[in-house]
Amino acid sequence: MKTVCPEIECDLLVIGTGMAGMAAALFAAQRGIDTVQVGMTGELNFASGLLDLLGMHPVAKAQIWSDPWEGIAQLIHDQPDHPYARIGVDTIRAAMETFIGFLNTAALPYRCHAHQNAQVITPVGTLKTTYARPESMAWIDRALANRPPCLLVDFPGLRGFSAHQIKAVLHERWPDLRTARLPFPGLTGELQTERMARRLETPVARAQLADAIRPQLGDARGVGLPAVLGIARTQLVFTELQQALDVPVFEIPTMLPAVTGLRLRECFERQLPQMGVRARYQQKILPTPSLAGDCFILKAGGELPEVQVRARAIVLASGRFFGQGLHADRHAIRETIFNLPVHQPADRSQWHRKELFHDEGHPIHQAGLCIDTQFRPVDAQGRCVYPNLFAAGSILAHQDWIRQKCGSGLAIASAYAAVQACQAVLGQTPQAATA
Amino acid sequence: METQVLIIGGGVTGTGLVRDLALRGVDCILVEKQDLNAGASGGNHGLLHSGARYIASDPAAAAECHRENLLLKKLAPHCIEDTGGLFVAVAGDDEAYIADFPQMCSACGIPARPLTPTEAREREPALSDRIIAAYAVDDAAIDPFKLSLDNMAAGLQRGSQLLRFSQVTGFETHAGRIRSVQLRNTLTGRETHVRADVVVNASGAWAGQVAALAGIDIRIRYSKGSLLVTHHRIGQRVINRLRKATDGDILVPGGTVSILGTTSERCVSPDVIYPEIHEVDHIIDEGSAMLPVLANTRYIRAYCGVRPLISSDDEEGDDRSVSRGFALIDHAESTPGLDNFITISGGKLTTFRLMAEKTADQVCRRLGLCQPCRTHMDPLPQTGDARWTEPGLTPSLWIRQNDPRDMLLCECEMVPQSVVDQLVASIRKQGGDPSLNAIGLRSRIGKGPCQGTFCSQRLAAYLYDRGELEQDQGLRELRSFMEKRWRGQQPLLWDISLAQAELLEAMHSGVFGLEQLDKTQG
Repeated sequence: MKTVCPEIECDLLVIGTGMAGMAAALFAAQRGIDTVQVGMTGELNFASGLLDLLGMHPVAKAQIWSDPWEGIAQLIHDQPDHPYARIGVDTIRAAMETFIGFLNTAALPYRCHAHQNAQVITPVGTLKTTYARPESMAWIDRALANRPPCLLVDFPGLRGFSAHQIKAVLHERWPDLRTARLPFPGLTGELQTERMARRLETPVARAQLADAIRPQLGDARGVGLPAVLGIARTQLVFTELQQALDVPVFEIPTMLPAVTGLRLRECFERQLPQMGVRARYQQKILPTPSLAGDCFILKAGGELPEVQVRARAIVLASGRFFGQGLHADRHAIRETIFNLPVHQPADRSQWHRKELFHDEGHPIHQAGLCIDTQFRPVDAQGRCVYPNLFAAGSILAHQDWIRQKCGSGLAIASAYAAVQACQAVLGQTPQAATA
Repeated sequence: METQVLIIGGGVTGTGLVRDLALRGVDCILVEKQDLNAGASGGNHGLLHSGARYIASDPAAAAECHRENLLLKKLAPHCIEDTGGLFVAVAGDDEAYIADFPQMCSACGIPARPLTPTEAREREPALSDRIIAAYAVDDAAIDPFKLSLDNMAAGLQRGSQLLRFSQVTGFETHAGRIRSVQLRNTLTGRETHVRADVVVNASGAWAGQVAALAGIDIRIRYSKGSLLVTHHRIGQRVINRLRKATDGDILVPGGTVSILGTTSERCVSPDVIYPEIHEVDHIIDEGSAMLPVLANTRYIRAYCGVRPLISSDDEEGDDRSVSRGFALIDHAESTPGLDNFITISGGKLTTFRLMAEKTADQVCRRLGLCQPCRTHMDPLPQTGDARWTEPGLTPSLWIRQNDPRDMLLCECEMVPQSVVDQLVASIRKQGGDPSLNAIGLRSRIGKGPCQGTFCSQRLAAYLYDRGELEQDQGLRELRSFMEKRWRGQQPLLWDISLAQAELLEAMHSGVFGLEQLDKTQG
């Protein structure tokens, strides 16, 4: 018996709702491309919310770049297979500017220096190099330079976040830190960052928090808090708290899953449909699509009733193993939807090194899809598999986003390049991006 | 420092010996270069053998196993889950061995009750439908961590001492005796020495290295065995393959998990050993012939240990054919002869008590004492310190207690803050520092599916809040804790475990930047 399910048609299907998928849908919408996006959005909850561009290269030397663009130039020179080399510096720059510009207009302001990486404090007390970070973390750079007396606040019940630990680890670099453990307004017991952040979106909770912090201020010239200052209204929460305390406030990322990732997720879930993206965020594309002429026919399944999607082109941004774009059994790695050729080490014994923090990183991270100059996956002979299938994000081969600290940059810039190439194939004239 | 007996090695034999001697009123210091059960005592199946596995290769050891099995079930029941065991043969297995099995068991005094394949599968539904013979035996699961911790605690209570992270670096000998033992603290580098009337080398796979410091040559064969921990418990009983002992033929349940093993690979050193990928695949392929579910189940962790086999010559062949019986060597007869130096090695977990008894007898002869052994009569006392290694225990206590302030630090294994408080107190009581690794060793923290991704930093933050960690000490401990867990995950990274490992790295390297500790930065 033949099952009939509703069909939707589109020019572009974006598969994936992580950073690359969201960026691809954004860029496509900005270019006026008729876009459907499918994927389960839970993944972005595990994003740090920090937009890394390039922090480290070469990985083996643990060399940190204060100017990410210099680092990218060196990386392109040293690793011509790296996706950044395929994308090119100008496109990376345009992609980042467009993406950050969008966030700023979408009430999720990010701050970056044009030619300099920034630093944020991590929940273990180390400093992390990143490029653009939420406005609420921007003051950290200045504080690290001047080291004024500051107060670090934490909350009983927020596990894995200890102001005392951060103070102890940062002690040599920043001696003038004090800590205060304060009850969180209106919540007791085990605290979840999402609930805390939603709570602080109410004026009462914000006032209570400010009232609790104020007597602890003393000579503090800044106040650090775990990153729970709201989700959709983070700008308001942050500004109000600063005004109420009359000193700069900064957020410190928490362990994953973090509110900083959730903010991005909710922002895209809200904005993209308004920009015309037909989003199906509770569904996923099922394996083995078919072809009908120049179009792909795919099934989307999940919580809603199944639908069939007919797409003229696809941007595949389904992620790696955590995002389920790749899957491995004991013997090999495969791509889960199209069964595309996956560049990979010869066998499992070469996937991971025996030390977790080995200097060179793990070879499995270099595995993934190889692409042509148009960002289309290719086979072992370098031949493009489908003329209208493009790939973006962490699923691409020849990179190690975790060690190179380039995850968001890679996702955003490759999404930009893939959408650009896709637009050419769809035969539409490129037009200036509109926000 | 001075003591009557200095014992080298904090495995089940060394800690068992501490208790045995303490019960005879002898004063001991136990020195261990790492932490308790860091060697083979922590890297084994946790199987209390019925003895049936050794009926063909070593009937004497088989009978010994069976006697100790019954004794330990009576005297240390809190360390044992009396699961019972099965031996099952699969179509194609050696039929002559299957036919001889009952006679060989009865010749060793080991009960083996025949079951039909249907009866066996009724008891253990996960068994393959290709089972052709089955016997029920007296196997059980035993917790070697509890055993060592409780034996040590019993010794400490009677005035013995434990020096962890204390490596023997040399012996000062004079006139055919060891006068003092030089020690170096492996964490601080501080050197000390201990004078002892008798020195016992119970360092397992390291026995040859320790004896060599006294100029004595003992040849040890290093036979590595690797094991896998499953995500869920599979089966209620210990399940052995009814064939001549080989790889991947024993599955031992313990609490909420099961352990599949093992292999036997010669290695050159006991110090740097890993469960290798080819071993993992081999164990799974072999094990799934008995229990097909093993081909597709999720594995949480792999680990390995080195069997210390004392070899008399260089003969090649399967190390399993070497006797699993133990060797007690009084070095008065060695060259050079040392009157107060004894090595105990070989043997197996099941017979640890007997090994300790025989060694203590020899120690007492050397000390000129005649107090009798008590460990075959006195029950092993249960201390609170040792119970947190049991899978599934803390969840039930935590749920019963139902105190919202007592938050879970490890959600996979449900280990709350209050358990960490108790562990910190007991480690302090033993004169140690409560590091992440020390707490991990004594509890289930980090042993669930997330393998420390979340609980490691939660534990570190908690210890900072308690004032147990200073400056960036916690970062180093975090890194070392994660590296230790990694050893066990690395060969098992496919399917969900691989996705989990990606998240682990994204957090610990991507966000925390733990790989950059102590590195020059640009």
